[in-house]
Amino acid sequence: MTELGYEAGVVLETRSQWAYVRMRFLRHRLAVGSLVVLILIALVGIFASQIAPYGYDELDLENASQGPTLEDWHLFGTDQLGRDYLSRVIFGVRTSLWVAVFVALVSTVLGTAIGAVAGYYGGRVDNLLMRFTDLVLTLPGLAILLTASVFLGSGEPLQVGLILALLFWTTIARIVRGVFLSLREEDYVDAAKAAGANDLRIIGRHMLPNCVGPIVVNATLAVAAAILVEAALSYLGLGIQPPDPALGRLINEGQSSGFDLWWLVTFPGLVIVAIALCVNFVGDGLRDAFDPRQRRVRA
Amino acid sequence: MPDPILALRDLTVEFDTEDGVVHAVTGVSYELQRGEVLGIVGESGSGKSVSMLSVLGLIPVPPGRIVSGEAIFEGEDLLKLRGRRLRRIRGGPVAMIFQDPMSSLNPVLTIGDQIGEAITTHAPETGESAARTRTIALLELVGVPAAERRADQYPHELSGGMRQRAMIAMAIANDPSVLVADEPTTALDVTIQAQILEVLKAAQRETHAAIVLITHDLGLIAELADRVVVMYAGRVVEIGDVFSIFDAPRHPYTAGLLRSRARLEAEGAELEPIPGQPPSLITPPPGCPFHPRCEQSRGREICRTEVPELRATDAGAEHLSACHFAEELGARE
Amino acid sequence: MSEILRVESLVKHFPLKAGVFRRTVGHIRAVDGVDLTIRRGETLGVVGESGCGKTTLGRAIVKLLEPSAGRIVFEGRDLTPLNRRQMRPVRRDLQIVFQDPYGSLNPRMTVREIVAEPLRIHGLYRGGGGKRRVEELFETVGLNPEHANRFPHEFSGGQRQRIGVARALALEPNLLVLDEPVSALDVSIQAQVVNLLDRLQTELGLTYLFIAHDLSVVRHVSDRVAVMYLGKVVEEGTRAQIYTAPMHPYTQALLSAVPIDSPTERGGRARIVLEGDVPNPASPPSGCRFRTRCWKAQELCAQEEPALVPRAGGEHPVACHFAEVLPTSDAASRR
Repeated sequence: MTELGYEAGVVLETRSQWAYVRMRFLRHRLAVGSLVVLILIALVGIFASQIAPYGYDELDLENASQGPTLEDWHLFGTDQLGRDYLSRVIFGVRTSLWVAVFVALVSTVLGTAIGAVAGYYGGRVDNLLMRFTDLVLTLPGLAILLTASVFLGSGEPLQVGLILALLFWTTIARIVRGVFLSLREEDYVDAAKAAGANDLRIIGRHMLPNCVGPIVVNATLAVAAAILVEAALSYLGLGIQPPDPALGRLINEGQSSGFDLWWLVTFPGLVIVAIALCVNFVGDGLRDAFDPRQRRVRA
Repeated sequence: MPDPILALRDLTVEFDTEDGVVHAVTGVSYELQRGEVLGIVGESGSGKSVSMLSVLGLIPVPPGRIVSGEAIFEGEDLLKLRGRRLRRIRGGPVAMIFQDPMSSLNPVLTIGDQIGEAITTHAPETGESAARTRTIALLELVGVPAAERRADQYPHELSGGMRQRAMIAMAIANDPSVLVADEPTTALDVTIQAQILEVLKAAQRETHAAIVLITHDLGLIAELADRVVVMYAGRVVEIGDVFSIFDAPRHPYTAGLLRSRARLEAEGAELEPIPGQPPSLITPPPGCPFHPRCEQSRGREICRTEVPELRATDAGAEHLSACHFAEELGARE
Repeated sequence: MSEILRVESLVKHFPLKAGVFRRTVGHIRAVDGVDLTIRRGETLGVVGESGCGKTTLGRAIVKLLEPSAGRIVFEGRDLTPLNRRQMRPVRRDLQIVFQDPYGSLNPRMTVREIVAEPLRIHGLYRGGGGKRRVEELFETVGLNPEHANRFPHEFSGGQRQRIGVARALALEPNLLVLDEPVSALDVSIQAQVVNLLDRLQTELGLTYLFIAHDLSVVRHVSDRVAVMYLGKVVEEGTRAQIYTAPMHPYTQALLSAVPIDSPTERGGRARIVLEGDVPNPASPPSGCRFRTRCWKAQELCAQEEPALVPRAGGEHPVACHFAEVLPTSDAASRR
């Protein structure tokens, strides 16, 4: 005796939760468009060496301080030392994206782990971890970065990324903890326990997959935030130091020339804003895709 | 039949979802006579709640959509009313009791305040003390002990049964002519259900209102209903007098439902379920919605191709069934 | 028939915390001293209304909750002191089916993965053999194995419950705790699942602890029945004893509150309508817990808690000082 009900007319195909998420995301044109733009920018960043027409520090004093022009691929002009600005921006983008993704990844992994453990075990463990989280939250991020960058000296992207990651994880930790606290009450978690699953299996196989939505959304938004923070840092002369390229520093170096060499500030700025905006739109789209405002139909 | 106080004609309601359009209610027609208790019985997915909720404008639009039909109450089509005019009817002449009192009662107002508000909303000229007096009287009517004290309590301070009584008090506060009770006892324990049953009877005696009793609980129908509407997959499949429905059902679904109950009397024997699953409301089967599970159909073509009309049966002119072979059920008795 | 499960003086309290320092200010006495025995192959029905502790009892028996006091002896082995790791092998023989078909299945796993999970946990899912076992389980509960790659939301409530049963059967348990397995289902589907459980019990030689609030369903499936109120068993006996000759006032009220079958029975039964509400489980009444709603209550009831022993010439244990079979036309006169 087998029954799956009457398959009348169109048989509904199997749709996993992912399929629904994908379907909903694709409906947000803004998010999809932003995703496309981001992918392009990311490709530019990844293949920076191949795409950039000039080296980052290639001097060309004869052509210094030129505005944007189609000649010689100086689409973004040149700076006071004749360096091609397009190339500088491209390399800057690579660094920014690299750092931002690194920060998002590390902080997400760290925050998820802490949040999961706190939410799953509850009680004293939760208390301890959350007080620790609160502590990190109260730390003045900028002051720490200032201090840390003084001591770290060289300001390589990796180091800056690590420090930022260590300050970024708190939001996702709180979110994951909240989700875990409610997931803990679900019967299917009890079912796994009743079957003899150990804690690691329950957390990893049964609970985390149900938490993916908030994690992904938060990770995406962390990328946007990290880009902005990194830009702010390098603008202030902290964070990433020369010779590594950094968009914020480009703005800093460019602003002394004021309106005469307007392109020195504008292009890096536009790129930063564009990336941050696109990432935010994608994040919004993802948030809606994972958690639509659906109403249950009660018959 | 004397003129009904509420008449649904050909109501069709759909919902837009990600998986497609859900045909929650299709071509539903039934009438509520003055002073009677009309039981609307069906399982989940039958459309029993949606049909009444859409009449009162309580379904979210979108994703819901009233495709067609009318609901005539005292000469007006409720489906055409909006805003203030609809609100004047709701809570006044037509009152509702919901399944879960906790979500229908405002947690930050006392019971007394909420009942008082129900009174003054529909009769603004009522003074505060008059409203209070009536509130206490209503609470006593529904059997809330120490009504004076309880009126000043908040919903969370009361038990489930008490909250349901409070909600019934609120519903009858304005002498409604129609009381819609949507699964009023489902969330309650059986001993509390017995209490609330008595309260509902008292409420009817007091107001002489017509009651629409929406439930899946056949026992509740057996206790209270005068007439019964049986719904399946968004359609009405049978209408009749309660004795006639229980004793001589004329639709295979009704018969199957009655047969599949675990009875307190019969012990040990195997239960007789209705085979199969309820149909998808997105892709309902063609023809009669019940035919895939119907033993009486025996695969006959007309069941698979034509939706049966609701028509009179041999059990009486007032006993209607939407089955091509309703008579065969009668022959078997 | 040998004994497969024995519960001795089981207690489960939940602390109530309040204040800034989360100090324990009291306890919800969910299960407050329960003794039960289940014999191999039988079905013990546990009935009661919300707050009686039956669900807590079920979860404590499978050690999803740690008992506060008392013993659980399963197949001769005392489970009470065992930690998670030690319980693992025991779980192959002792399983649970949950009430909510919508919450008991992980929405992100296919139903194949859900049913295979217990096998995987115990290292029993090996390639082809595991796959076949899962398909076999599907067929046993009456589902089409071809649909195993679908997700829970694509199934109806009754089918999801079957999946829950398949999952519970994966490790070939001997005792199955069924926590309100059909309460959330439509009536016509309840009958399907009840028949399925019945068939499985015979085919697989299972023992059931059937927890429910619906007396009609319990009557169909149980060999013996225990009635719980506010954390304690108030009456216990064979199906016939409980349903045709109940002696505890609460049991009698419960039976009389069951809705009638047909309108012709209206007014035919003298219905016992209990006054008041269930007391707060954090501060149960002194003596007999039921006395606040009992029409027979006297001073003795407030002073002395009645023991669960046979009384008044009856054969089955009742916890009431004034237990008697009601002579009037209700529960006692049912067939």
